[in-house]
Amino acid sequence: MHHYGVRIEPLRTTPDPAPVPAPTPAYPLQPLLHLDELWIQVAGTLCNLSCTHCFVSSGPGIDRHRLMSRAEVHSRVLEALPLGVKEFYFTGGEPFVHPELLEILEDTLAHGPCTVLTNGTLLTEARIRSLRRLSEGTRYSLEIRVSLDGASPAEHDRLRGPGAFARALDGLLRLERAGLLPIVTITRPVEHDPLAFHERALLMLRAAGLSRPRLKVIPMFLIGRERQRTRGYRGEESLRDLPAESFDPGRLQCSRCRAVTSQGVFVCPLLVDEPGGRMGDRLGDAVRPFELRHGACFTCWTTGMSCGNS
Amino acid sequence: MGETLRLAAFGGVYSNHLALRAVLDDIAAVAPDVTWCLGDLGGFGPAPDRSAEILRASGVPMLRGNYDNSIGNDRDDCACGYADPRDNHFAQLSFEYTRALTGLAHKQWMQGLPEQHRLVAAGRRVLLCHGSPRRVNEFLWESTASDAFLEWLCRAHAADVVLCTHTGIPWHRELPSGRHVINVGAIGRPANDGRTEAAYAVVTLDGSVRVELRRVAYDHEALAREMERERLPAEFVETIRTGWWTTCLENLPARERRRGRH
Repeated sequence: MHHYGVRIEPLRTTPDPAPVPAPTPAYPLQPLLHLDELWIQVAGTLCNLSCTHCFVSSGPGIDRHRLMSRAEVHSRVLEALPLGVKEFYFTGGEPFVHPELLEILEDTLAHGPCTVLTNGTLLTEARIRSLRRLSEGTRYSLEIRVSLDGASPAEHDRLRGPGAFARALDGLLRLERAGLLPIVTITRPVEHDPLAFHERALLMLRAAGLSRPRLKVIPMFLIGRERQRTRGYRGEESLRDLPAESFDPGRLQCSRCRAVTSQGVFVCPLLVDEPGGRMGDRLGDAVRPFELRHGACFTCWTTGMSCGNS
Repeated sequence: MGETLRLAAFGGVYSNHLALRAVLDDIAAVAPDVTWCLGDLGGFGPAPDRSAEILRASGVPMLRGNYDNSIGNDRDDCACGYADPRDNHFAQLSFEYTRALTGLAHKQWMQGLPEQHRLVAAGRRVLLCHGSPRRVNEFLWESTASDAFLEWLCRAHAADVVLCTHTGIPWHRELPSGRHVINVGAIGRPANDGRTEAAYAVVTLDGSVRVELRRVAYDHEALAREMERERLPAEFVETIRTGWWTTCLENLPARERRRGRH
């Protein structure tokens, strides 16, 4: 304000705001665009195997994340429905160590499609018959995904223990015979070329007797026991300072998923033990954006990886 | 107030000009008030310009599907949304054939097509789209879309009736709220159920919403022979002849995959 040529400062009625440092968004902030997938760690960290590369460090007697009760799962499903959830994934640990898994699947299939991620070693004939019955009693898909590692029995057993490949393959063949058309999830060691690995894995599955192999290849994540087995993420393996113009939120699964365990709500099924992965107690707490600080976010970004079926 | 609208909608022509003629004849007999093509004129079949000429001469308006967007703008791939390497291999063969044989005038026409269309009939908001209301290449399979998700999709996009295509398998669901989602299927590639006919939908909106998923026979053997002359993949020809998908299978959910042969 000027008055007779003299500059008069306006009267200050509030103190100067504290100086705010210019924001330096070192890591991309990932929005939840929509909750398509709810991941339910139904078996917690309880598993019948102790794989040396397990991303969530599961095994017999390990209850860092305990089993979720049938009521607890049902309550999470009901929480997700008003958010428009599209499909449900059940993981662990090993889901089939849960004594009420079949009942939980029956409850959930009333609301949407379900996928179970299993190591394939606990698929008794009775369980396979029940799965078939469940898949016929719903309008939604029931997918059974069996995890293998590498494209040979030796690679698999090296990580999962002697005989694990034969048992998983036996489970796969019996699932296919029951018409359940399992998806085989294979982790690809980093040194393998993706396309060549895919072809090799398909050949291996056909040779093993699967007539209609469905295959999903996923990369290794340097977290959980894999961090001890090989190494953790290096400082440069992160999304720090990723240029905003090259960031596409839709490329990452966490734009469309959240994971629940007995310990709360997490950004995705991989980061349930990692710093910053927990987003709250309720799904409503976890619709906020997530800062992509973790090395695993770098793996998802560079590979375009999604834990989902497609 | 007695207002009635009959809407015919088809999609996924995939250069199947013989199926397109047959479906347009069937629509003429049904005599709906409005007809729309929900996009994806090219791909899979032979001589893409034939379908473009037939559709444009018919006056039926068309949405810009992912395929039309990629062909119209000379993109590098069809943006179909496949994740499997074998699926992408076959999709790329189709795409390069179609892009090379689509005339410039048709490409320019595709560029200007709308991605969605809305209308109101009998008090209901109808949304026509290609994949889903939120994404042009989203696969809306019947068995992987919960009611909760479809209700959200309709609410978020202000629609009471949604019509889409893109997956190639027709279905219809009335949601608990009374909203409707209709996948009209495809006319260019059979619905992976061992039947060789083209599939499309006729929706009647009055006090209620009635959906007829129609099947139309055409000379699929003649199309198969033309595809062979064009040296298109034998796998595609087999699909036309048998009604079973042989490619682009890997994103099918378990339930839809189980109904097929491969």
